[in-house]
Amino acid sequence: MKPAAFEMVRPADAPEAGRALAAGDGAVKVMAGGQSLGPMLNLRLARPERLLDITALPGLSDCRETASHVEIGAAVTHARIEDGDCPEPIAGMLRHVAGGIAYRAVRNRGTIGGSLCHADPAADWVTALTALGAGVVATDGTGATREIPMPAFMLGAYRTALRPDEIVTAIRIPRHSPAARWGYHKICRKVGEFADAIGAFVADPETRICRAVFGSTGGAPLLLPDLAAHAARTGSPAGLTTVKTALEHSGLSLSAVKIHQLAVAHRRAVEEALADV
Amino acid sequence: MGVIVQYTSFVVHPFRTLRFLHECAGRAGRLRRRKVNVSTGIGERVQRKEDRRLLNGQARFVGDIRLPRQWEAAFVRSPVAHGRIRAVRKPAGAEARVFTAADLADVRPIRAQSSLPSYNASDQYPLAKDKVRFVGECVAICIAPTRAEAEDLAERVELEIDALPAVVDALKARQPDSALLHEEWGSNLFLTTFFDGDIDSLRKTAPVVIEREYSTARQCMNPMEGKGTLAHWDEKAGQLVVYTSTQVPHLIRTGISEFLGLDQGQVRVIAPDVGGGFGYKCVLQPEELSVSWVARRAGRPIRWTEDRREHLVAGANTRQHHYRLTAFADTRGRLLGIDAEITVDVGAYSVWPFTACLEAAQAGGNLPGPYDFGIYRCRTYSVATNKPAFTPYRGVARPGVCFAMELTIDAIARAVGREPSEVRKENLVPAAKMPYTNVTKKFYDSGDYPESVAQAEKAIDLKGFRARQAAARAEGRYLGIGFSTFTEQSAHGTKVFAAWGLPLVPGYDQAMVKITPSGSVEVRSGNHSFGQGLETTLAQVASEWLSVDVSRIGVVMGDTGVTPYSTGAYASRGMVMSGGAVSKAAEVLAGRVRRHAAHLLQCRAEDVRLAEGKAWHGAAHVTFEDIARAWYLRPDQLPDDVETAGLEVTEGYKPDIDTGVFTYATHAAVVEVDPDTGRVAIEDYFIFEDCGRRVNPLILEGQAYGGAAQGIGTALFEEVLYDANGQPLTSTLADYILPGPAELPAFRLGHAETLSPYTRHGIKGVGEGAAIAPGGAIVNAVNDALSPFGVELNSLPATPERVLGAILKAQAAREAAE
Repeated sequence: MKPAAFEMVRPADAPEAGRALAAGDGAVKVMAGGQSLGPMLNLRLARPERLLDITALPGLSDCRETASHVEIGAAVTHARIEDGDCPEPIAGMLRHVAGGIAYRAVRNRGTIGGSLCHADPAADWVTALTALGAGVVATDGTGATREIPMPAFMLGAYRTALRPDEIVTAIRIPRHSPAARWGYHKICRKVGEFADAIGAFVADPETRICRAVFGSTGGAPLLLPDLAAHAARTGSPAGLTTVKTALEHSGLSLSAVKIHQLAVAHRRAVEEALADV
Repeated sequence: MGVIVQYTSFVVHPFRTLRFLHECAGRAGRLRRRKVNVSTGIGERVQRKEDRRLLNGQARFVGDIRLPRQWEAAFVRSPVAHGRIRAVRKPAGAEARVFTAADLADVRPIRAQSSLPSYNASDQYPLAKDKVRFVGECVAICIAPTRAEAEDLAERVELEIDALPAVVDALKARQPDSALLHEEWGSNLFLTTFFDGDIDSLRKTAPVVIEREYSTARQCMNPMEGKGTLAHWDEKAGQLVVYTSTQVPHLIRTGISEFLGLDQGQVRVIAPDVGGGFGYKCVLQPEELSVSWVARRAGRPIRWTEDRREHLVAGANTRQHHYRLTAFADTRGRLLGIDAEITVDVGAYSVWPFTACLEAAQAGGNLPGPYDFGIYRCRTYSVATNKPAFTPYRGVARPGVCFAMELTIDAIARAVGREPSEVRKENLVPAAKMPYTNVTKKFYDSGDYPESVAQAEKAIDLKGFRARQAAARAEGRYLGIGFSTFTEQSAHGTKVFAAWGLPLVPGYDQAMVKITPSGSVEVRSGNHSFGQGLETTLAQVASEWLSVDVSRIGVVMGDTGVTPYSTGAYASRGMVMSGGAVSKAAEVLAGRVRRHAAHLLQCRAEDVRLAEGKAWHGAAHVTFEDIARAWYLRPDQLPDDVETAGLEVTEGYKPDIDTGVFTYATHAAVVEVDPDTGRVAIEDYFIFEDCGRRVNPLILEGQAYGGAAQGIGTALFEEVLYDANGQPLTSTLADYILPGPAELPAFRLGHAETLSPYTRHGIKGVGEGAAIAPGGAIVNAVNDALSPFGVELNSLPATPERVLGAILKAQAAREAAE
């Protein structure tokens, strides 16, 4: 289980990385923490000729805060977020989610941007950041940047809206009010495993924004606004049968067990968010 | 018969084992300083001698060895489960670095013969010849300076294989219309066996009849160190030297010489440090033959190191059973008889030397387990499927039969409306009947089986639990309790293995013990230690006779070039057999030491006493060093008529009975099931076991924790899955889930010490035991927890998907009925 030979280069800035990526025509891949790509290289499921190590790009390991947003560099590790090294857009949620990703050894290297770009349906950030209304900042080969809202970023399992010459440079998360509530419940086989079902819920009474997201559905995270509105309005989750019916009609192909687990994860996330309301 | 029973009980969390180990050692050390006689003999909590190097990264595994001019090997493995090989094409320009079955034409296929009637033997070529029969079967071997380059080569080898229908389900494989793995047999049956009993009359008269189907998943053993083999031809010795990660170096030497056509004198097998075996490393593996052959052909050392994916695909070789079982009982739940049909999913080939039949033979023979009943009928089918060849794993067959029996006992108890542990106790062989010969003619030498359940009930507080369970249910929480009792035939002897029809039958185990010129002791055994602490416990046995501290006793194992013959470490035989041999040799040596000391002390040999590594006559003493110096360096100090046999003794040993000695245990689990997610959390876990004399309680506790952890893997996590084409779906550790520290409970242990009347020091084997019972205990507890839902699980592992699936199915059925 050794990778096929590849070259590894460190581009000087994001546009250079974007150009190298586009020029590679599929034979070049971006490597950040390598916690998913590494095993895929070893299994020879991924066989790039060249890897672009973007971890040293200027600004990619920075965390910034503006009046309206928290901005996290794409190459910031899960461990730094877990350790409280980044400002929180909502009390404690990023730290909580980061601390539940895999094992500390993985968190020490794995990055938030890498996780988003890998777009594993069972991963944490794709679901958590969708619930937080985050946007993904992408920079192309000319240096132009655009912000892609999470629901438009992940198109399906391992598929994103990134163009051939774009890399993710940052994640922008809107700041929530101190009154905002969140719940994040993950059902998994054992500590550190990928989730079988994720329920994420965020509600901010000041902005009247609320989101209920279902993760590990086999595809992109599923937003069900009616269920979010119900929870925000009534202070408690919709009944299990209602949630299950909504999931059955979501268009996703889910087993009965999966639907039940997703519904339970949703209920627990909502209950956790609104426990002391 | 000198049967002593002692009970002790204490709590240790696996996380804290290491600290605990140090504390105990410290405690023992303080105690020892107060004692006059320093002892590191049998029964002492001696720290493991091997741990210093193992824990400091100083051990030497096959992967650590680097010989001059060494190259690495990678295998081309079959991508299909079943197919006919049309062509294997080597990459242009690399023909001399790629080898196929055509190159290895002078290597005999691995063929494990059996004397059992109806047995069909299989020919497994180390590189597949005409057909491939499982995904992962070796087809070609490629060599290069590095593994990555060898894998580059392997990718370029072209396989042309006509796919055949895959045989994935062992029950379907028994049907006459199934595709055949070995066409010449006319069926897919390696073996069928029968026990006959008068079940038909029971069927008419028994008041309680329980019918069930049980199944256990296919598993991988996952030792921390995978398999690895490094071979080279030593011109000077005229020998093929094979470093290999094995439990059975002497057997592998025999296997390599037989199948490569070499004299045994031309083969030396060295097992260096081995990072776990569990049975995976007790059979000859085709890779060992290919690497050995290629090393000789290439004229350079060649190493192959199994990676985790190879293990999860080509090593998916164990545990998969299916049971159709009918139990007959009276209205109290007293077992009257069992009628069973056991199907073992053996995979494609019969492993050497244990054959494809060991599992089913043990399953059929051990299903009645610790229970006292009179009528038994059992058919076993060992079925060939397109999966890796079945290999005995810690517990061999008993995790399956124990699961089936223990769930049946609970099902009977539910049917008669009694507490399962009461029904269990009433059905177990009572102490008053010991020794006891059971319905399959197993000879249970000693023990108090019902008492082990009573001890577990007490430790886990069964009565208090029932109240707690009722209160929790009222709050919508579902707790359950489960028990599981088994006997473990350990150190099976000659007659047992001969009855299983094996090509190699273990007999005597030999050991050598000698005093070195400086008075230290050297023990040599052909057995091997791969984590079970034999390096320490064999030293303790020698220390028991010689009184020398274990720090001055070196133990040499694993190298056929320098150790006496032993068939190796499997079947919980090491401590009984090799321990017995060391004991016998050390006893003889102690006699010689006393006689030499008598010359030096000017007294009679029978007046010499050995203590603290010295020979005493009253208050006068000579040290072992004095004695050794006199013998080796200053024989002029000894009289002319001194005994000339020297300070080196090799002895062979076999217990007084040949049928194995029976360890037994009861496990008790308390679980909480989350009916919304199907998650099973183990709240409490207690093990009460009796393995005779505990040579080193510390090591024994480690065996219990490790075994139970593996058993919990069997119970809740581990499962190799295949699609309909026989493609494995669990080829990484992200898909094949092993329990981690966070999934394991704080095990609590209790012990009895019923000494075996038939072995040296009363020792019984214990290595496998704790892996046997968790499936039964945990699933009984899950079923107890879920009884309000009308759910009964009968298959392993009890994954969230299975548990939740059963709950949802039961709910749907209820709703449909309403």
